[in-house]
Amino acid sequence: MPTEIPADSVGLVSPRKHLFEEPLQLDCGAALPGYELVYETYGTLNAAADNAVLICHALSGDHHAAGYHKAEDAKAGWWDNCIGPGKPVDTNHFFVVCPNNLGGCAGSTGPLSINPATGRAYGPDFPIVTVRDWVESQARLADVLGIRSWAAILGGSLGGMQALQWSIDHPERVRHAAVIAAASKLSTQNIAFNEVARQAIRSDANFHGGRYYEHGVVPQHGLMLARMLGHITYLSDDVLHARFGRELRDGKLNFGYDVEFQIESYLRHQGTSFVGRFDANTYLLMTRSLDYFDPAARHGDNLTQAVKQAKAKFLVVSFSSDWRFSPARSREIVRALLDADRDVSYVEIESELGHDSFLLEIPRYHAVLRTYFERIRAEFRP
Amino acid sequence: MSLRQDQALIAEWIAPGSRVLDLGCGDGALLVELRRRLNVSGYGIEIDRENIVRCLEAGVNVIHGNLDQGLQDFDDDSFDYVIMTQTLQAMRYPHLVIREMLRVGREGIVTFPNFGHWKCRLQLLTGQMPVTRHLPSTWYDTANIHMCTIRDFEALCATERVEVLERAAVDSEHRAGFAMRFLPNLLAEIAIYRFRRKTVL
Repeated sequence: MPTEIPADSVGLVSPRKHLFEEPLQLDCGAALPGYELVYETYGTLNAAADNAVLICHALSGDHHAAGYHKAEDAKAGWWDNCIGPGKPVDTNHFFVVCPNNLGGCAGSTGPLSINPATGRAYGPDFPIVTVRDWVESQARLADVLGIRSWAAILGGSLGGMQALQWSIDHPERVRHAAVIAAASKLSTQNIAFNEVARQAIRSDANFHGGRYYEHGVVPQHGLMLARMLGHITYLSDDVLHARFGRELRDGKLNFGYDVEFQIESYLRHQGTSFVGRFDANTYLLMTRSLDYFDPAARHGDNLTQAVKQAKAKFLVVSFSSDWRFSPARSREIVRALLDADRDVSYVEIESELGHDSFLLEIPRYHAVLRTYFERIRAEFRP
Repeated sequence: MSLRQDQALIAEWIAPGSRVLDLGCGDGALLVELRRRLNVSGYGIEIDRENIVRCLEAGVNVIHGNLDQGLQDFDDDSFDYVIMTQTLQAMRYPHLVIREMLRVGREGIVTFPNFGHWKCRLQLLTGQMPVTRHLPSTWYDTANIHMCTIRDFEALCATERVEVLERAAVDSEHRAGFAMRFLPNLLAEIAIYRFRRKTVL
């Protein structure tokens, strides 16, 4: 708990909700009759409404990107080190919007919501939404907030994919896209990891075909395994070694299958704490959206053709030790942007911390973001 | 931003509105000036992350990359000019870099410190590797692993079937052009070349 809210924090924030009553046609062919998005905003929209920044969250993120909900909160929002007064995305100048994605489990319409057609929770009946669907749902939120064009859209991992999709689907509405630790589509290995995670959840005895809410249980073991697996892939071998090595929890071997090594204890902790805050159906859905993401598919499988639609300027960032979304994947995006003659800058940040680096306060990384956003600011300042 | 003398000379050779790739672009000063004066568009490639931040500050498109790994992210003939200032001598394989420059660009422009300059020759005569204003590092602590003279460079151009379109030089008196007219390989501290692929008849 912060005894006092730091001066460079956005401070106490309250989420807001908007109900969209117009049906939303989805990629899968189904339509949502209506939907709610929960979102947070930080800073002030200027009179010209040209200082807005959209933050897109990754697989397990939500709308609470910065600040605190209550003074007693132990932790600030998930990207608090990056968003706030004087921070790289400076809320003294930018109006920052962060919604929880459709299909999420933090307040936006998703598997936990009541399906108006049946009167019970959607559960497994919630349609699989794609990155394009998210972009459409977010575009309507922009309309509601009076934002015709975003000064920038910023996201890491799955969030970076949304930034890229936005720039292709709504070229006139995105002036800068910052695509961090992302890829233009998942590698085979990435889909494979996602499938193991899904199987862990779906084969849990408490899964009940996704209707576990009705049985008053959660597939906690499966979700925990999914998270443990994911967590290993978000870090690098080097950082795991540096943090845990082969350290034994009890200082000696116990010749059993309970926790022996500290890394086991850490992973179990990560897994169990995730179960308390995340919904298994949302996890399935988010991993599927990741698998399906492929903006080139609608442009003859040619990424260059896809990004030729874009008018935004791009910042692409990768991290040297990220093997889940490796620098090579970011370079594919850069290459397409170069072929398409778009404005793009690219930097690979030296980091031992793996995919998770995009959430961390790495000085050079934050210097890049800060400098880039200061440059954006110069475009709307009179 | 102010330009080094070799960069200022290059700016005079570039056609307005052209598309430029600057290899080892540093803080982006040349690209900023070319954009401001000549409405030139393009990208810089830079390996140093501190310099990349300076480029972002200047609003220059900069791509993090190692030139020794080639220009595989760039298509054939995608630039009017590919420029490399004061970097050729630090490349692992300078001749391959020149090939890559002329693959992705219509024309190439390089500048390099001339190892044939009389001060270098004089120091070599004393039996030691030269340390000069343009080559301030000791032999064991220098990025310049492939020094060459103006004559060497022209010989490489001949071997690689590269046609020299324009030459200039900066001498120790900061005079541009003078050295190229009069004993260039002895008087030029910095050599500047514009070149293209020789057309095969």
